[in-house]
This record gives sequence, C-alpha cells and structure tokens, in this order.
Amino acid sequence: MPKIKMPRKSTSIDMTAMCDFTLLLLTFFIMATKFKPEEPVVVNTPSSVSTDQIPEGFILITLDKTGRVFFSVDNLNAKKQIIDQINTDKNLGLTEEQKQSYVNGASIGVPFTMLASYLSATPAQQAELDKQAPGLPTDTTGNYDTNQLAYWITTARYYLDQGGRIAIKADADAKYPEIHKIIATLGALKIFRFNFITDMKGVPPGTALFDERHATAAK
Amino acid sequence: MAEIEGKGGKKGTPRVDLTPMVDLNFLLITFFMFTTTMSKPKAMQIQMPYKDEKLKEEEKSKIKKDAALTVLLSRDHRIYYYEGIGDDPNQAPDVKVTYFKDQGGIRDVIINKKKAINNLISQGVLKSTDKLTVLIKPDSTSTNGDLVNALDEMTINGVPVYAVVDITPVDLDFIKATEAANPAAQ
Repeated sequence: MPKIKMPRKSTSIDMTAMCDFTLLLLTFFIMATKFKPEEPVVVNTPSSVSTDQIPEGFILITLDKTGRVFFSVDNLNAKKQIIDQINTDKNLGLTEEQKQSYVNGASIGVPFTMLASYLSATPAQQAELDKQAPGLPTDTTGNYDTNQLAYWITTARYYLDQGGRIAIKADADAKYPEIHKIIATLGALKIFRFNFITDMKGVPPGTALFDERHATAAK
Repeated sequence: MAEIEGKGGKKGTPRVDLTPMVDLNFLLITFFMFTTTMSKPKAMQIQMPYKDEKLKEEEKSKIKKDAALTVLLSRDHRIYYYEGIGDDPNQAPDVKVTYFKDQGGIRDVIINKKKAINNLISQGVLKSTDKLTVLIKPDSTSTNGDLVNALDEMTINGVPVYAVVDITPVDLDFIKATEAANPAAQ
C-alpha cells in the first residue's frame, strides 16, 4: 500500500472575484441605461434606413393612429418653467401639486381647459385618461389660440437649451392630413428641420445608398 | 466540537457560497444590456422646403420639367407617378400606378428616371448641373407610413433634390382619371 494519499480537493472555486466583476459590469449597465419614457399611447412607428440618433433634449410630438396629438419634453428643469409660464399666460390657476404632476408626468394630450383636472389625477388615472384624451387641438396655422400645439412648442423652445430639436413620433397608419397639421404648425413657427422617429430597417442591396455605405465601409 | 474544527476552526473566515449571487448578477446584467440597446429608436431627419410666400414663384421655375418626377401618394399605399411637374394643362401627363416594393416598384421607377436623366445630360438636352427632382404629393387618404416610406426611398436611391408639397386639384383629377381608366385596379 503506498503511503501517498491524494488529498481530497474541493471542486468549488472562490466566487468572490467573479462576484466583484459582475457587480462592476452591473453597475455600468445600470448607469448607462436610460429607460424608455412613458408612452401615452401605443404608436407603431414606420421604419426607415436612417441610422441617426435622436438628438438630446428633444421635444417629442406623438401622433397616434386616430390623429390625436401628444406633447412631451424630457428636460425636468425646463418642464417646471414651461408649466409656470403656461399657468401665467392662460390663467389656469394651477396649484403647486398640479405643476409637480406635470413635471413628473410623461406627456400632455388634453387642451388647456382640461389641463387642471388632468393634472389633479394620479399617474394611474392619467394613463387611463390618456386613452380617451382628445389630444392637443392642432391646425395648420401658427395661431396660439386655436393651435395649442404651436403654443406648447414655442413655450418649450424658449426654455430649452439650444432651442430644442423636434422629434415626431407618428403612427404609420395615421392619415396624412393629421401629420400635415403638425408639419404645417412647425412650418408656421419657421421650423423646417425636424426628425421622424422610426424603426430601423436594412438597406436593400443594389441601390445607390447601399453602394455608398459599403464604399465608405471599405475605406 | 470536532466537526466545527474540521471546517476551519473558530478563527477561520466564514465562507459564503457566492455562486447564486454571481448567477443573479449575470441575470441582471443581461436584462440591463438588452434594455440599453433596445430603447434606442432611430431618427430620420427631414428638411422641409422653406416656406415664404415671396419665394414661391422663383422656386417653382427652377425645376426643370425633364428632370422632375412627381409622385402622388394615395389610398391603400398606392403610388401614382408621372414625369415632369404636370403644369401643362393642354397635355395631361401619363400617370402610372405602382407600389412600395423591392422589385418592380417605385424604386425601379426612380432608378430608371435617374438613368434617363444621365442620358439626356450626355445628349446635351439637360445641363450637367441639372439633377433629378422628385416632388412628393401625399393626398388626404395616404398615411404617415407612406410618407416616411417615400422619403426613405429618396434616401435609398440617393435622389439629390426632393420635396414634400401640397397636392393640387389638378393632381387629384389625375388620380381620379387614372382610377376611372383602370377599374380593374380597384
């Protein structure tokens, strides 16, 4: 009998280092994640070959399938100023809680007359209200009384740094006259450059853009 | 007593099995990785023609008839198109119907039109500075998806000049006339 005995080694590995490492990665991803802003309505965006990123600090105009218009800004400081301004201009008599509700909320799709009652509702109720909300009154002029979208945009651009880029998130099935109203509103406000939010789709081979992209990739 | 000492004694560091912790971390990492990449929709930039009442007439005359293609977007994702800008009342343009398709759709129309313009330039009919100009005119029955698709085709095919313009009554008549001429298409 040989005296040498194989020592019984445990197969378990020290997981501390691994755990540290994964936590590091986790921290990175938590920091890097920016969650999708809450959406008032379901919008099925059309797809395009564009690969541009959405500009930072943008004004988002949402247009749903039935032509309702929603307006949102994601800059919280600006939102506070915007609602203060609107409250003063339109004599809405909003309370501090209602203003805070606007700052915390996602987007507005009700006319000024319904704004106070909308902002008094809880976030869950607001989500429910959004389903029946009439949308912002919009037409093709830049008149602030009839075209409340124009009013919101002008006010928001005043308080946003760099004027605020416009992003339009419109449903693929929305009728053209509805989207035309938004484009005409922007035109009336002398905004001719804006972005459509789209899904991505591949560039079909054999086209001019396909050749161009591959030529730059080859270089 | 003997059992406890066998595990390292009183002075030994208490060991915790961290494997489940690592598992959980990886699960969370996967979740966050997906949410970061998925929540980035793309944006398509649009430059609308500068609208100023004074500029309009000059702008219109700049478009050369031979270099222009008018695209009318209509219901059921249908596209009516014709050569030129359809401003000659005596001579109605030849309006054709097509769809958004990878093959044999509006894309081929644009590619062919580009080729035709290059031919005209080499023949000396058009100047080398003349570029294909596409006018997109959506009617009230077309959808936003049609508009985005049409604009996308412009990018895909590298159309140098294009614009979204309001549809005219004349164009609506063209659509009606074409529909009346092709009852089978409906």
